[in-house]
Amino acid sequence: MRPFKYTRASDAAAAARAVAANPDARFLAGGTNILDLMKEDVERPNELVDLTRLKLAEITTAPGGGVSIGALAKNTDTANHPLIRKNYPLLTQAIVAGASGQLRNMATNGGNLMQRTRCQYFYDTAMPCNKREPGTGCGAREGLNRIHAIFGWSEKCVATYPGDMANALYALEAQVRVRNASGRERTIPIGEFHRLPGDTPEKDNNLEHGELIVAIDLPKSNFANNYYYLKVRDRASYAFALVAVAAALEIDRDIIRQARVVMGSVAHKPWRSQEAEAALSGRPASEENFRRAAAAALAGAKPLAHNAYKVELGKRAIVRALMRAAKLI
Amino acid sequence: MPRYIGKEMSRVDGVAKVTGRAKYAAEFRAPNLAYGFIVLGTVAKGAIKSIDTREAERAPGVVRVFTHVNAPKLGPKASHEQAPPRAQEEQDKSFRALQSDKIYFNMQPVALVVAETYEQARYASRLVKVTYNAEKHTTDTEAVRERARVPKQGPPPKPRGNPEEAMKNAAVKVEGEYRIPIEHHNPMEPHAAVAVWDGDKLTIFDKSQEVYNVRKHLASSFNIPETNVQVISPYVGGAFGSSLRPNYYPSLTAMAARELKRPVKVVYTRTQMFTGHGHRPYTIQRVALGAERNGKLTAMIHEVVHNTSTFEEFSDNTTGFTRQVYACPNLHAPLRITDTDLNTPTWMRAPGAVSGMFALESAMDELAYALKIDPLELRLINYAERDPESGKPFSSKALRECYRLGAEKFGWKNRKFEPRSMRDGRLLVGWGTATGIWGAFQMPATARITFRPNGTAHVASATSDIGPGTYTVITMIAAEYLGLRPEQVEFELGDSKFPRAPAQGGSWTTASVGSAVHGAALAVTARLLEFANREANSPLKGALAADVEMLDGRLRLKSDASRFVNIAEVMKRNSLNEITETFESKPSQERRNYATLAHGAQFIEVKVDPDIGQVRVTRAIEVTACGKIINPKASHSQEIGGVVWGIGMALQEATEIDHRFGRIMNPNLQHYHVPVNADVHMIETIFVEEDDTVVNPLGVKGMGELGMVGIPAAIANAVFHATGKRIRELPITPDKLL
Ligand SMILES: Cc1cc2nc3c(=O)[nH]c(=O)nc-3n(C[C@H](O)[C@H](O)[C@H](O)COP(=O)(O)OP(=O)(O)OC[C@H]3O[C@@H](n4cnc5c(N)ncnc54)[C@H](O)[C@@H]3O)c2cc1C
Repeated sequence: MRPFKYTRASDAAAAARAVAANPDARFLAGGTNILDLMKEDVERPNELVDLTRLKLAEITTAPGGGVSIGALAKNTDTANHPLIRKNYPLLTQAIVAGASGQLRNMATNGGNLMQRTRCQYFYDTAMPCNKREPGTGCGAREGLNRIHAIFGWSEKCVATYPGDMANALYALEAQVRVRNASGRERTIPIGEFHRLPGDTPEKDNNLEHGELIVAIDLPKSNFANNYYYLKVRDRASYAFALVAVAAALEIDRDIIRQARVVMGSVAHKPWRSQEAEAALSGRPASEENFRRAAAAALAGAKPLAHNAYKVELGKRAIVRALMRAAKLI
Repeated sequence: MPRYIGKEMSRVDGVAKVTGRAKYAAEFRAPNLAYGFIVLGTVAKGAIKSIDTREAERAPGVVRVFTHVNAPKLGPKASHEQAPPRAQEEQDKSFRALQSDKIYFNMQPVALVVAETYEQARYASRLVKVTYNAEKHTTDTEAVRERARVPKQGPPPKPRGNPEEAMKNAAVKVEGEYRIPIEHHNPMEPHAAVAVWDGDKLTIFDKSQEVYNVRKHLASSFNIPETNVQVISPYVGGAFGSSLRPNYYPSLTAMAARELKRPVKVVYTRTQMFTGHGHRPYTIQRVALGAERNGKLTAMIHEVVHNTSTFEEFSDNTTGFTRQVYACPNLHAPLRITDTDLNTPTWMRAPGAVSGMFALESAMDELAYALKIDPLELRLINYAERDPESGKPFSSKALRECYRLGAEKFGWKNRKFEPRSMRDGRLLVGWGTATGIWGAFQMPATARITFRPNGTAHVASATSDIGPGTYTVITMIAAEYLGLRPEQVEFELGDSKFPRAPAQGGSWTTASVGSAVHGAALAVTARLLEFANREANSPLKGALAADVEMLDGRLRLKSDASRFVNIAEVMKRNSLNEITETFESKPSQERRNYATLAHGAQFIEVKVDPDIGQVRVTRAIEVTACGKIINPKASHSQEIGGVVWGIGMALQEATEIDHRFGRIMNPNLQHYHVPVNADVHMIETIFVEEDDTVVNPLGVKGMGELGMVGIPAAIANAVFHATGKRIRELPITPDKLL
């Protein structure tokens, strides 16, 4: 890989300052994504600021009944934490659906949100890719795009956000807490954290350069009973989703009070379907209603040459996830 | 009673492997070693217009950057101008790196950066700037299907009987077109070489399935005698055919080392492996079957087209076993190849057979449904009692017993014929079967045994052990016939200083090298008898070599163990420090009177989630008949591995090319899927042993490839049974089942 400077940050402020000062610097957390990309010459930072010594790995209850998860908490520790298992089992399911045990032991929550697309053209530096190298074109738009977006893509980019955890976080309406070089904190609703590609697909999300994710805040949740994370993929494990669905329901005497339906690997960001949620709330939990919601969720899909199957698969996956969430199967 | 043969034995190299003592090619060191990193091209066809290495040369640690401009020519002089660069011998037209500005395939090596460390070389490799004059390329076999031609090598496709006529008149017919994508071997260990020159003598550590072939290739590359080259390859972390040919990196590495006058190491990255060796070709197959209403096949037509490169012919003989698997009087099974701007394909586990049988055995299942005959019954109706191709008897064939036993173990009689008729809750259950077939090949092979009076033996042959357990099985054979314990035998392989052995391929190693070791052990026995009987009072007087055996330090009469001599004493009295015998075994004349094949029957259960298109292979029973089983432990391991690979081929594996660029787009293990543990459920492998006195002295047949041959078809058939959907294009991914 290209030579780079390595610094170990002593505290969050110093870390943010170091990265903010250098446009080619990046944070280093578990390294499971950024190091791979550097070896492939896809990411070319000249400085890595190591976060792993920062005290940002705690998982604590928050005032108001929520839970705050440190950005540097490992995926494994997060998924297994009693507070998460008890109050946010959907998140546990989503995390353990991703990667492998070894990777989850290294991977941090902050890094997970920041993981980059798995588009083949992004990975091959000989191929056009506006995300990797703005202005070179999108290889996948007219190329191999079986794993690509059916929602929200642009002519510039049809890549998806491939992660699992964020889909569950969106269903749980998490907030991402970030801190910049001058120490100012802000929170970004998870739904606004990732973005659509538009004309600037090189930007995966709305984080400013040098802004450090410090925590993910989960509000109090009523979804600990009726939830399901479904991940459909080409093999049983250790593969990214073709389509994933995070489904959460609040059911009161068979009537759905609140519903959350988020699809993964169908867009440049986790794709929440307000249409599906609207079609569900106030209605009985039944397969028929789930079908109607699924149809509403996929109504606006715009498939590419090789991924039309995601439309049908998406519908079926939503129905299945809701059936499981409602414990009808 | 055999003491070791037929009994389970753990790998003799197991401890070395799990403790890291076993050294693989990339792990060898040499003083002053430099590291090479390959730069791959980015167009599929044309020529290099310019190549700018200045920045790379200035990078820290860089020793030299080799390109076609400064790289010396490899091979006989006259041949460089030819396109592509090739050696004089027609046999070795393999691609050699940096020989001209010509581009034959995308991701072709265009430079080698050599530096003091691997990281420096990799970094500098990214500073090499290349421009091309690209030409219009073709990488899509479908697009050039019509241009396919009969390969020059191999037997011309002669029809048997009158297949067209018979097909026309058949009472029941099925016809379908089947496809398999390009696939790559993806062994765990990346290919690597460490080259060390001493004057005009080359020592190279390599990952190879045939050290003698690499030796020949390198000798011709550098115009030096073969005896000047030593190829060393003691351990191979899987190869599956990807190291049958020399590949381009050994000559490239040796070239760099020779120019720099210091040892050089080159290791492929995972991505480089996708064009650094061949692949299973993209194969289009049309199968038409005609039958009488009672199920008797009257016509089989199996036409195949697969890709080759523009510079070399390769064919994997896809339809070879179609000719021998079922009794049918009328058959045509031609294979044609078509040029593409890709690297040359090569053999990949069960080459040809697994592709061909995927199509044929899927078609047999389709025929069973057209006839409304149980798929297993249909195979029994068409059971070949003699080789349908040659009319010769089989040396042995226990396939009928494989079918019977497999069906019984699996519970096949409980299968409901109609598709979608079996369920497990929401899941559709499907049961499928298919036949497996492979040759019982034997190649000439030589082994040397040095027997010492202290009761130890050194055995050597230049074969390889790419994972099947050759170290172990040869140790067992030597121990058996030298009357020693396995710990007393040291077997070495993978070095061209040892007697010649064939490539480890075709599942012929135990048959070939095992027979050579057996022969050498008998030669040691005979020599000992000769020395013993030089003594007037020998208790073995009058005995022939065939009458005696070695056991626990004695040479004794087989029929009367009380008549023996003490081997150490005989050797001492004759002042022998050791007895060394070298034996070359060859296929017998008798084999020619028979058809020699190995067979198997596979029974597969899948559970399909019809809503989301997910297939799980929940049960696999594989029964194989491949002669005598010498080491059941390693043999089961081979067959289980074959089933797992079959699962991968059926459900996951595909090399994807963006034909606009003629470039492989998934050259890594995140996008190229192979099975993980969660994809593998219950697998039971069973052997029906055959007592075959014809195939070779040990009565063994191959099994490494056999174990996967029928699996993809059996899975596809099970998917049809579960869902009613006939998927004729592998892999069967969820999108195809929605
Ligand atoms: C083989 C493989 C399979 C995988 N499968 C899946 C899967 O199925 N599902 C899934 O969801 N994921 C999967 N992953 C992705 C994995 O989850 C991510 O690689 C991991 O979560 C990244 O975390 P990390 O701590 O290692 O990040 P790093 O690699 O250290 O960093 C990744 C990025 O995040 C930035 N970053 C890290 N921490 C912060 C922070 N606190 N603030 C701001 N920026 C930060 C870094 O600068 C970098 O750009 C897989 C990965 C691999 C290698």
